[in-house]
Amino acid sequence: MLKSTNVQTIEKVVVRFAGDSGDGMQLAGNIFSNVSAGEGNLISTFPDYPAEIRAPQGSLSGVSGYQVSVGKGVHTPGDAADVLVAMNPAALKTNLKFLKPGGIIICDGDSFTPANLSKAEYATDDPVTELGIDPQRILLVPMTTLLKHTLADSGMDMKAILKCKNMLALGLICWLFDRPVDRVLARLQAKFAKKPAVYEANAKVVQAGWDYGHNTHSSLSTYRIETESVEPGTYVDVNGNTATAWGLIMASEKSGRPLFLGSYPITPATDILHELAKRKDLGVKACQMEDEIAGVCSAIGASYAGHLAVTSTSGPGLALKSEGIGLAVMAELPLVVIDVQRGGPSTGLPTKTEQTDLMQALYGRNGESPLCVLAAASPTDCFNMAFEAARIAIEHMTPVILLTDAFIANGSSAWRVPEEKDYPEIKPRFVTPEMLEKGWRPFDRDEETFARYWAIPGMDKAMHRVGGLEKDFNTSVISTDGPNHEKMVQCRREKIARIAREVPRVEPMGDADADTILIGWGGTYGHLLTACNELNASGHPCAFWQFRYINPLPENAVEVLSRYKKIIVAELNTGMFADYLQMHLPGKEILRINKVEGQPFLVKEIVDGVINHMNA
Amino acid sequence: MSTEIENQFTAADFKNEQTPRWCPGCGDHAILNVLHKAMSDVGVAPRDTVVVSGIGCSSRLPYYMNTYGMHTIHGRAAAIATGVKTARPELTVWQISGDGDGLAIGGNHFIHALRRNIDINIILFNNRIYGLTKGQYSPTSARGTVTKSSPYGTTEDPFIPAELCFGARGNFFARSFDIALDTTREVLAASARHKGASVVEVLQNCVIFNNGIYDSISGKEFREEHTIHLRQGEKMLFGKNMEKGLVQDGFGLKAVTIGEDGYTLDDVLVHDAHTPSWFLHEMLAMMDGVTLPMAIGVIRDVDAPSYETEVAAQVEKVKGAKGFANLRDMILRTTESWTVE
Repeated sequence: MLKSTNVQTIEKVVVRFAGDSGDGMQLAGNIFSNVSAGEGNLISTFPDYPAEIRAPQGSLSGVSGYQVSVGKGVHTPGDAADVLVAMNPAALKTNLKFLKPGGIIICDGDSFTPANLSKAEYATDDPVTELGIDPQRILLVPMTTLLKHTLADSGMDMKAILKCKNMLALGLICWLFDRPVDRVLARLQAKFAKKPAVYEANAKVVQAGWDYGHNTHSSLSTYRIETESVEPGTYVDVNGNTATAWGLIMASEKSGRPLFLGSYPITPATDILHELAKRKDLGVKACQMEDEIAGVCSAIGASYAGHLAVTSTSGPGLALKSEGIGLAVMAELPLVVIDVQRGGPSTGLPTKTEQTDLMQALYGRNGESPLCVLAAASPTDCFNMAFEAARIAIEHMTPVILLTDAFIANGSSAWRVPEEKDYPEIKPRFVTPEMLEKGWRPFDRDEETFARYWAIPGMDKAMHRVGGLEKDFNTSVISTDGPNHEKMVQCRREKIARIAREVPRVEPMGDADADTILIGWGGTYGHLLTACNELNASGHPCAFWQFRYINPLPENAVEVLSRYKKIIVAELNTGMFADYLQMHLPGKEILRINKVEGQPFLVKEIVDGVINHMNA
Repeated sequence: MSTEIENQFTAADFKNEQTPRWCPGCGDHAILNVLHKAMSDVGVAPRDTVVVSGIGCSSRLPYYMNTYGMHTIHGRAAAIATGVKTARPELTVWQISGDGDGLAIGGNHFIHALRRNIDINIILFNNRIYGLTKGQYSPTSARGTVTKSSPYGTTEDPFIPAELCFGARGNFFARSFDIALDTTREVLAASARHKGASVVEVLQNCVIFNNGIYDSISGKEFREEHTIHLRQGEKMLFGKNMEKGLVQDGFGLKAVTIGEDGYTLDDVLVHDAHTPSWFLHEMLAMMDGVTLPMAIGVIRDVDAPSYETEVAAQVEKVKGAKGFANLRDMILRTTESWTVE
């Protein structure tokens, strides 16, 4: 064991907590990141959990991980961990590959029992040697023994005592990274406000973990992580799904339209349903329907009835909703469809992340069926884009598909709770009494936006029928006339195209004057931004832009991209957005960086990919 | 205490200027006209009425209404109507579906609307055939029915809509024939007055693809012997001179002639649509018009909590209990936060 102590200052650190699904790794990681955020660090977290709810204890398939990055300039949870906390031999074996060369491992030495070693399929009784770990880099802490001593007088049974093991690891990590214990205790107190005995036990264990580190000087150094000045305000830690739900509520408040969610449970989107179901306390009507189709259809009914109507799902659910979304396109009703993308096709990799629903969102319906497609860039951006999706849906009378993904849906960051004034009013265009006097027809359009006006049941003299059949441009009565149909097709297309007038323009980041521009879309923002920064810092001039408005594209997108000699699109699919851009830039070669492993990019993969393209 | 309000609407208020495009002689014309009248009987304003349909011949109906209306996609009317009603419980919502729309492609939404007990009035136009796609068998076609898609006869059993309704825990079921105008009007109004999901099965003739299938039951010369009009609290009597009645026979029902075989009027069952048990309701609804007379009228009408009312009440309750002013207030009061100066 290493005996010297000095304090080093570092910019950012990545810690990965790994253990059995039931070990409470997420809670430990969560408290660590929250306490760090309170210290002025930026944070980014990434849970990596198995599809099985409870795989056998100690088994390789039952390991779940929770990675957090804290510090300065943090935009991703980090490619690899500086510190790996492994609660058992299985977690050590499966998570070692996520550790940086030279990284530190903290492991429960008491967990190296013959039974656990056998469950984790070790050939020998010495995992450290077997895995080729440098003994200087691993702290085997007798966690179970320490726990038993610490809680010997607590009167708790062994099962309850062992549940506190995550707090011992947390205490140790807090010592290592100079996090004040009292901040941890304050958070535990809030969490266990109604269970004082549980709080007492956990608090004791956290302190024991911290003391163990301090007393044994377990490591070469402890670290002070640099802080970053952020905008003043009140902050919370939020994941993408919760931010999505909250963005919709904000849109409801800003539009005066009550919020309705029709949904069906599907990984990894279900937490949106969970959050909105809780928010009945804010007047939200969140309904778990009998299937995905009923989810979208009930939302379409609620939209016709005048609500801000939403359905949330993941890829397979989006496929089921296609026909319903087509109805909303044809009836020109506002509708927000949230697709939290996961690995596909079919059931695919339900808990893993991908960006493979882009083409489905753009084109996955019968007929000429244009709609607005948006993509959120980060957990906190889910709030903004959910708000935007609702705003565009209501103001332009169209369905909007918002693409997020498993990575940003489950990952979290610190987020400044907005004030009312931070977001604009959303203005539904209702039919007015003057229009009704003049002989309003249901598909009369606003000349600027081409959006029709909203008449909702209960309004006098505005009774009207909508449906999936084509109607006459002038009379709004159903029509099978050929030239009229083409006119209506063009009209619906133009309505979507005109949304571009409100879309923020492309303004490249990084070295905007470079010859090369790195392009991404949606949830890969943090990784691409970090890669761009590293490229510029290492003498590889590179511009960068992350698209969040996919259809329509920003008005100046083609013009700006045309300026660059090399356009490189990095995405978690085989090249969907690159193909889409290629359509808009027929003369340009679109270079690509692709990955379809169910995992987010590593920054290194992007950096290497860009340099390869630069040198080609 | 009930308050009688002068009904201010007439059938004409619910009718618009569009000319129905159903085939001449189609049973849908009659049902449409009766629906206009039943709506005026109910007295909810056209502006507070929404008619939602799926796809099929009968699903064209909303275009002929001067109410709010949605002509949607195949099979989904119940789910869309559920959204309308849940969002706006104060509206009166009708669903128009055929036997294909409601029970084949839309079967899942049909049973769940009933289970959930959303307050929508479902009119099931049952002609036992697909009309709009030009003559294929439907989920209510009798075994052996010969159609374009079953040239040698079907090899599957049909749904009996009432049985499906009760199996899904439906609390209102009524039946009529397209040509029984007064009965249809009576049961449609009753379905609208029922709080919760209601199903009115209207046996409807398709003149083109399934002409005359109900003639042997509902035809003028057969109707008195082959149907029985059930009325709440009244004896279950039928026949030309109401000389026949239904009596209990072990676990089943039997048709008897009063004064014969020792049966008196006292032996005849009294209809109770309000009894929670659906045991007898189902036996009545399953009478096929051959061995026992087919039941028309309101067969089951039982009170139960309706979905949209419960949702609205729960929203009000938790809103009141938590008392959050808005989103920000909720976040700050329920989520661990920290302040950066």
